[in-house]
Amino acid sequence: MSTLTEAPPPPSPTVTDKKAPRRRGRFTPYWLLLPGMLWLIVFFALPMIYQASTSVQTGSLEEGYRVTWHFATYWHALADYWPQFLRSVAYAASATVLCLLLGYPLAYLIAFRAGRWRNLIMILVIAPFFTSFLIRTLAWKTILADGGPVVGALNTLHVLDVTSWLGWTAGDRVLATPLAVVCGLTYNFLPFMILPLYTSLERIDGRLHEAAGDLYAKPWTTFRKVTFPLSMPGVVSGTLLTFIPAAGDYVNAELLGSTDTRMIGNVIQTQFLRILDYPTAAALSFILMAAILLMVTVYIRRSGTEDLV
Amino acid sequence: MKTTDNSGDVRLSGISKTYGSFTAVHPLDLTVPQGSFFALLGASGCGKTTTLRMIAGLEEPSSGTVRLGDQDVTALPPYKRPVNTVFQSYALFPHLDVFENVAFGLRRRGIKSVKKQVEDMLELVQLGEQARKKPHQLSGGQQQRVAVARALINHPQVLLLDEPLGALDLKLRRQMQLELKRIQTEVGITFVHVTHDQEEAMTMADTVAVMNAGRVEQLGAPTDLYENPQTTFVANFLGTSNLIEAEVGTRSGDDIVLEAGGGKLVLPAARCSAPTTAGGRLLVGVRPEKISLTHADDAGEIPEGRNRVTGRIADASFIGVSTQYVIDSPVCPELDVYVQNIERDSRLVPGAEVVLHWNPAHTFGLDAAQDIDAGLEEEAA
Repeated sequence: MSTLTEAPPPPSPTVTDKKAPRRRGRFTPYWLLLPGMLWLIVFFALPMIYQASTSVQTGSLEEGYRVTWHFATYWHALADYWPQFLRSVAYAASATVLCLLLGYPLAYLIAFRAGRWRNLIMILVIAPFFTSFLIRTLAWKTILADGGPVVGALNTLHVLDVTSWLGWTAGDRVLATPLAVVCGLTYNFLPFMILPLYTSLERIDGRLHEAAGDLYAKPWTTFRKVTFPLSMPGVVSGTLLTFIPAAGDYVNAELLGSTDTRMIGNVIQTQFLRILDYPTAAALSFILMAAILLMVTVYIRRSGTEDLV
Repeated sequence: MKTTDNSGDVRLSGISKTYGSFTAVHPLDLTVPQGSFFALLGASGCGKTTTLRMIAGLEEPSSGTVRLGDQDVTALPPYKRPVNTVFQSYALFPHLDVFENVAFGLRRRGIKSVKKQVEDMLELVQLGEQARKKPHQLSGGQQQRVAVARALINHPQVLLLDEPLGALDLKLRRQMQLELKRIQTEVGITFVHVTHDQEEAMTMADTVAVMNAGRVEQLGAPTDLYENPQTTFVANFLGTSNLIEAEVGTRSGDDIVLEAGGGKLVLPAARCSAPTTAGGRLLVGVRPEKISLTHADDAGEIPEGRNRVTGRIADASFIGVSTQYVIDSPVCPELDVYVQNIERDSRLVPGAEVVLHWNPAHTFGLDAAQDIDAGLEEEAA
C-alpha cells in the first residue's frame, strides 16, 4: 500500500491544463484505497474498538454497562478459563499437525504426480466447500456414532483400547471425546492446508529435483534438502490458516464433543449468548487474539520464511 | 591430462528414445573419448538434449546402452552415476547460498571437510567474493559459473552441459565460451556440450556431432564439418553454403567435371560424398567467402583452372570487414558471396555483370536426392 501512495504523479499531458490532471493524479491512490478502507473501518476497526471498550465495562444487563476501566475482568477470565485456553491450543495444534501429515502427501501428489488428474483432485479437495460447514460437521456425528461401522471397526482392531488409554476416547465411544473434536477440526480445515501447500510445491522448478539427483542426492534426500525447504512458505501459511481458525472454533467441540472438550470458542459463545456476560466474553476474545498473535509471531520468526524467495 | 586413461570415455551403443509413436532419438552409436570437448549441435527438437539426458540418467533409453569407461551405467539412477550436469538456466537451489550450492554434491557423498574444496572451486570460477550470496542476487554470468562450479567440484568422469550459455547475452556468451574452454583444458574432464549455436560449437569443441531429426548427420572436427559437409543439412546449418544443381559429365584424373547452366565446374572426387555416374545429378557446393568477384569487363584477368560462374549483382550490403553480395546467376537464382574489404572495386554495385570464380579445391559435392533447403529455417531460428 505504501508504494501505491508514494507513486509519483504521472507527467501531465498538456501544458495549458497543467494543474488539474496533476492534482487528480496525486489523489488517485487515495480514491482507490477509499472503498477498502471504509469497509475495514466499519466492519473491523469500529467493532474492535467497541469490543475493547466492552471488555473494560462493568454493570448488569438490567442496569446497563458503563466503562469503568475494570481490567480485572481479564485476570478473572484467564483464571477461570485457562484450561479451555490450553485445550484450544492443544486441539488446534493436533489438528494442524494431522492436516500437515495428511495434506502434504496429497499436495505433493497433485503438484508433481497427478498429471491429467490434477484438476479433478483439486476439485475434490475444494468440493466440501459447496456444502455448509455445519452440515458437514453434523455428518461426522453420524460417521462416528456409537455402534456405527467406524467405531465398530476401531473396536475390533483394538485401536480404541489404545486411544482410551491415552485419554483421547472414552470406553467404546468416539463421539463426545477429544479424538472426535480433533478429527472434526482436521477434516474441516484440511483444504486450507492443502491449497497453500499445493501452490508453493507447484512453484518449485522440476529441474531442481533433477539437479539434486544429478548431485548424488537420493530421492528422500532430495525431498529433505530441496523440496521441503522450498515448500516452507506453503507449510507456514497452511499451518497458520489451519491453526488460527481452529483455535477459535466452537462448532466442532459443540457438535462432536462434550462438556469435557469445551474449547475457548465455546466459552466465548456461552458467555455472549447464554450468560450474557459481555465484558468477560470480550476479554476472552482479546486474550485469544493476543495469544494467537504472539504464537504466530514466534512461529514465523523461528521458521525463517521471510528469507525464502 | 591422462591420455591412456579411458575412464572418461562415453560410449553410446544403439541408444534410442521414443515417446509413444514419436522417435526423439533414432538408434545411435557414439564414442566420446576421455578428455575431449564434444559438442552435440542441432536445432531445437533434434534429440540432442534427450541424448544428453540419457547420459545423465535423467531419461531412460528405449533401447541401447550407455557406458562410462568400462562401466555399464544404463540401469543406474542419476545419483549413482559419476556424471554431473550444468542445466539449462542453471537450476541453482534458490534457498541455498553460493557456497552451499557448490558444496551440495560433496555433502551428499558424505564428505565432511568441504570448505577448502569449495573455496578453491569458487576461486577457479572467480566467485570467491560471492560465496554467501543467494543465487538470485547474482548476475546471469555469475549464476552460470556457480552452475559449472557446482558440477565440476565433484570431479565427474564426464561433465554434461545443456545449453549452458543460452540465457546469456551475446558478449557474455563469447566470454563464457572462452572461460569454459579454459576450465576444460585446466581440469581435463570430458565435456559433452549441447547447443543450437553453431558458432559456439565450432569455437569450443574438438569434435562436433551435428544432429537432425533424432539422427547424427555428421561428426567431425569443426573445420572438417565446415569445409567438407556431407549433407545439405550440415552445409546449410553450419554457416552458409551456395548449392548449385549440376549434371555429372566426364572424369579427368582425380576430378569430376560437371555441367551447370551451360558452364563447366570442377570438383575433386575426394570431396564428393555422393555416388557419381555420368549423366547423374549432383549438388555442387561452395562457401560464400571462398568466391572471388570480378567485373565482367576484367574477365580475361581471371587465372586459368578456376571454377567460373557468370551473374549479375542483385544486392550488396556493406558490413564493415566484408561486403555481402547476392548474385543472380543462370546456375542459381541467389548466390551469396562475401568479399573482404581490402581493395574495393567501385564498379561492383547492384546491376553490374560479374564473374564469380573460385579454386576448385574448395568445391564439395552432395547427393542431389536431398532437400536442397534442409537446415535453412533451423539456422534462422
